[in-house]
Amino acid sequence: MNVGIVSYGAYIPRYRIKIEEIAKVWGDDASSILDGLMIYEKSVPDMDEDTITIAVEAARHAINRAGVDPGRIGAIFTGSESHPYAVKPTSTVVAEAIGATPDLTVADFEFACKAGTAAIQACMGLAESGIVDLGMAIGADVSQGAPGDALEYSAAAGGVAYVIGKENLIAKIESTYSFTTDTPDFWRREGMPYPEHGGRFTGEPGYFKHVTSAATGLMKRMGTKPSDYNYAIFHQPNGKFPTRVAKMLGFSGEQIKPGLVVPRLGNTYSGSCMMGLAATLDIAKPGDRIFMTAFGSGAGSDAFSISVTDRIDEIRNRAPSVEKLLSNPIYMDYATYAKHKGKIKL
Amino acid sequence: MSVPRFWRRLKNLYNLIGTHCKKCGEYYYPPRNMCPKCRRIGQVVPFKFKGIGEVVTFTIVHSAAKDFAKNTPYILAIIKLEEGPHLTSQVICNHNDIHIGMKVKSAFRKLGEESEKGMIYYGTKFVPLADN
Ligand SMILES: [Zn+2]
Repeated sequence: MNVGIVSYGAYIPRYRIKIEEIAKVWGDDASSILDGLMIYEKSVPDMDEDTITIAVEAARHAINRAGVDPGRIGAIFTGSESHPYAVKPTSTVVAEAIGATPDLTVADFEFACKAGTAAIQACMGLAESGIVDLGMAIGADVSQGAPGDALEYSAAAGGVAYVIGKENLIAKIESTYSFTTDTPDFWRREGMPYPEHGGRFTGEPGYFKHVTSAATGLMKRMGTKPSDYNYAIFHQPNGKFPTRVAKMLGFSGEQIKPGLVVPRLGNTYSGSCMMGLAATLDIAKPGDRIFMTAFGSGAGSDAFSISVTDRIDEIRNRAPSVEKLLSNPIYMDYATYAKHKGKIKL
Repeated sequence: MSVPRFWRRLKNLYNLIGTHCKKCGEYYYPPRNMCPKCRRIGQVVPFKFKGIGEVVTFTIVHSAAKDFAKNTPYILAIIKLEEGPHLTSQVICNHNDIHIGMKVKSAFRKLGEESEKGMIYYGTKFVPLADN
């Protein structure tokens, strides 16, 4: 393949709530939740932030990082399960806000937590075929768990944008492979505010089966093995799942460490895996190889094999790193958090 | 704000696009089609502001119109952009941190919404320059 990442940009709201604070309200045992999830705190959007504002900020960081002329972007796809409008694409606002209109095609993608990586694949096709010069793929979410539901401990807010093209690459996408089935592990019906999930059912036939199948499928196709990669990122609904799946596949704790952002961030859904990749690109050196596998309930996994180029060093510091975005948080109590998330209707 | 009114102003709200008079060098936000200094000889062109500025003065709004009630208390400030023009905007920061002379930068935020089923208005607010 002759296609890859031209630039990337991330955005994380400044507010955080600690897991202890949520556990206190529901009378749960905080330490067993911390052990079970390996999440210590999660990001919370400000009152005036949503998936659109987060997508725009991430997109602007991606544009600024590589000095991309927005007029060259011929496609924008935003993956999310929390698009503010049911009808009226998030991507139309992003396109206007970064100055990419009107000569482009846009659409919103939806596939639980892997809509953003599906958007990357669509952009790869359009860019490599020459139909567009550059494509932008965004994963952004302000996901919600019902009050008192287990998901409330992990559902977080954040977004990441990737500019995909054929020239001036900071990382080449060597190959991609997906594994998809009809698996009812997690869903949300139209008009319902909170998702439903199959409880314990979500792990084995959902996450683990799809992530391992996509990952081994890609390595088999390419003839690569875990030790060929410097870094690996797996979808992070919590800290436990990616750690366990990495081990199952033969990747080490060192390989997944830079991209394991969930303990301090929570699960940013469509942003999850892509945030881990951004954090890894923040520290990767030219020549490094990165393996990434996203997962979306429903269910499917997208695996990618990526190799970093010399250009990474040139543009890396021109936009905030994930580490910078995670630093200097503002902590909130549950009452303020509930108001922020609109759980108390005024 | 009505839908047509928002739509007409959308480009200027999303990106702080104003105007610049090439004749006298003055910058305008909101945009002006005619330079009040140069009048007929002015050369007015669209201009995208960098979005960096400084708080000139501010107030903390505790009781607001219905559309903004959910956001109270919030900070409303007059901001002087680096390029010169002044504008009024919300500043999103800790209320103990806001001060005259604070350096700020533009951020993309929700300005409001018509109702739960209505249009959502997006545009520019300001956050501390020191923010991420
Ligand atoms: Zn003039």
